[in-house]
Amino acid sequence: MSATQPEVSRKLGAAGRLNEWVNARFPLQKLLAEHITEYYASKNLNFWYGFGVLSMFVLVIMIVSGIFLTMSYKPSATEAFASVEYIMRDVEYGWLIRYIHSTGASAFFVVVYLHMFRALLYGSYKKPRELVWILGMLIYLALMAEAFFGYMLPWGQMSYWGAQVIISLFGALPLIGEPLVEWIRGDFFISDITLNRFFALHVIALPLVLVFLVVLHIIALHEVGSSSPDGVEIKENKDARGVPVDGVAFHPYHTYKDVVYITIFLILFSLVVFFAPTAGGFFLETANFDPADPLVTPEAIHPVWYFTPFYAILRAVPDKLGGVILMGAAVMVLFFLPWLDRCKVKSIRYRGWQYKVALGLFAVSFVVLGWLGLMPATGFYLILTQIFTVIYFAFFLFMPIYTSMEKTKPVPERVVYHA
Amino acid sequence: MTDDTDNRRRHFLGVATGVMGLVGVGFVAYPFLASWRPSARAMALGAPVEINVGRLEIGGLLKVEWRGTPVWVLRRSQDMLETLTMPEVVSGLRDPESRQSEQPEYARNTHRSVREEFLVLIGSCTHLGCAPLERFEVAPADLGPDWRGGFFCPCHGSTFDLAGRVYSGVPAPTNLVVPPYTFTDDNTIVVGLDTEV
Ligand code: HEM
Ligand code: FES
Repeated sequence: MSATQPEVSRKLGAAGRLNEWVNARFPLQKLLAEHITEYYASKNLNFWYGFGVLSMFVLVIMIVSGIFLTMSYKPSATEAFASVEYIMRDVEYGWLIRYIHSTGASAFFVVVYLHMFRALLYGSYKKPRELVWILGMLIYLALMAEAFFGYMLPWGQMSYWGAQVIISLFGALPLIGEPLVEWIRGDFFISDITLNRFFALHVIALPLVLVFLVVLHIIALHEVGSSSPDGVEIKENKDARGVPVDGVAFHPYHTYKDVVYITIFLILFSLVVFFAPTAGGFFLETANFDPADPLVTPEAIHPVWYFTPFYAILRAVPDKLGGVILMGAAVMVLFFLPWLDRCKVKSIRYRGWQYKVALGLFAVSFVVLGWLGLMPATGFYLILTQIFTVIYFAFFLFMPIYTSMEKTKPVPERVVYHA
Repeated sequence: MTDDTDNRRRHFLGVATGVMGLVGVGFVAYPFLASWRPSARAMALGAPVEINVGRLEIGGLLKVEWRGTPVWVLRRSQDMLETLTMPEVVSGLRDPESRQSEQPEYARNTHRSVREEFLVLIGSCTHLGCAPLERFEVAPADLGPDWRGGFFCPCHGSTFDLAGRVYSGVPAPTNLVVPPYTFTDDNTIVVGLDTEV
């Protein structure tokens, strides 16, 4: 190959020569081949597999719109609220950029939750994709922190009291609690100092962490390869050239299909941005249209919808430390999924009724807890919260038992198409 | 070639360099982490505030800001003070004698104050820091027939009596905090300065 190269390059045009010059110095071609043109994924991936690309797409939307918001926003307790009003009213298209960013936050969680649910449907977290899952969970943690810090920036009533409640959670830890809270706030209360440092975390620290983790997530995935809705490992069946027979290249086959997903996503996204940017108080809460007042808590306080399932779990026990531990456990337990699930079969298509029922109950409990987190934590609501909290945890705690009792169906050798 | 290499020595030097490097990282990390502590300016702003309670009506509640947190002064009527010893109130409290709660020594008594009439509290729920609401009416529909007046936290439903003592079965673990304060004359309270005992 190298012997013939000089001869070939003489026949190349300018673009070709530039290409060659670059590749002699940077493995561009190699990277593109490895991750795009020669990355083979199962030919029967369904729409559930589109949410990874959509998450990446939303990440880009958030970074670009965020950079432009930062140009007009002022991270100070006296100016923040007014600067957001200024963006909404005086900056040309400021309203659009802000609504794209605020709607994008909710859209991010919608696509990430569906992306995670795909993993539960098709056993994506199982061997050999445990690290892809764990890196995904780290992304999820970073995303929650990013959303929390971002929600504080407009310095409205919900920003302020939401931050008050969330930061106080750390105060429940024995001994180190109070000093830790003071260290996070940098003050004796939530103040300008707190706002300023959360701004730094929101616009630079966590975005960097997120991008870095996404790169690791993809590298890990491409090392082991994508799963398929049948749970068939396409790498186990290769042709003479070493290409999986059931795989097609990411580009052009999957990318063209992903463009359709992105188009559908953008239609729905634009509908919200232009016609219902607050989503009736779900995406932008009504109380946040009042500036922060440290003396008065709004009548009903709850976080934005994507945190409410965990918020409901926090309130399920009438005990400070107990509630905080339970809430933390509700998130952390997800990390252990690859080892809690004992069933060898990956895809829900061939698993026994036990897992199907458990997953159904789990999904219902997550949605119902999300609704309960918006309701007052008293009387009937409290009892419901406790019942669904038990169901939520039962899914994980009994998983090693019910997944080893499953009677599975035979998994096909090759991927199949379902009508 | 390989025979000449002292692998043990090489390993030791590698580990020693690594450990020294980590110590260095630790020393450099300290100032960055310490920069998150309350700054000198934040400390200075925690100065005491003076409150004039002379014109506060009986049964009235005054809210002022001290160190960015709400401080309440409640001028309790005789009826209100009587609720503090009622059995239906006391039996429901988690810490009626304020043993596990935070207050200066001079406010660790049934009325949790220096002078019986004036209750001085930090208006921040000991659960997660919301500002509880004043619910001084007796037996309202939502708080039940045993309610003798007190404070209700809208965030997660903690309840407190008219001395800021927490009821049991709610998420708040302790009574509302009493800040250090003192009377400089009959009508003036200074929050942030201790009463000399
Ligand atoms: C910024 C957020 C995220 C981005 C940009 C992202 C991106 C991607 C992409 C592009 C893929 C390949 C396409 C696909 O299978 O959908 C993927 C796969 C995967 N992701 Fe994520 N992801 C994110 C968050 C998460 C989270 C929060 C989890 C779970 C906790 C997760 C778990 C997985 C798993 C297990 C796979 C392998 C799927 C399989 O092959 O079956 N990801 N991710
Ligand atoms: S903050 Fe008052 S009950 Fe939770």
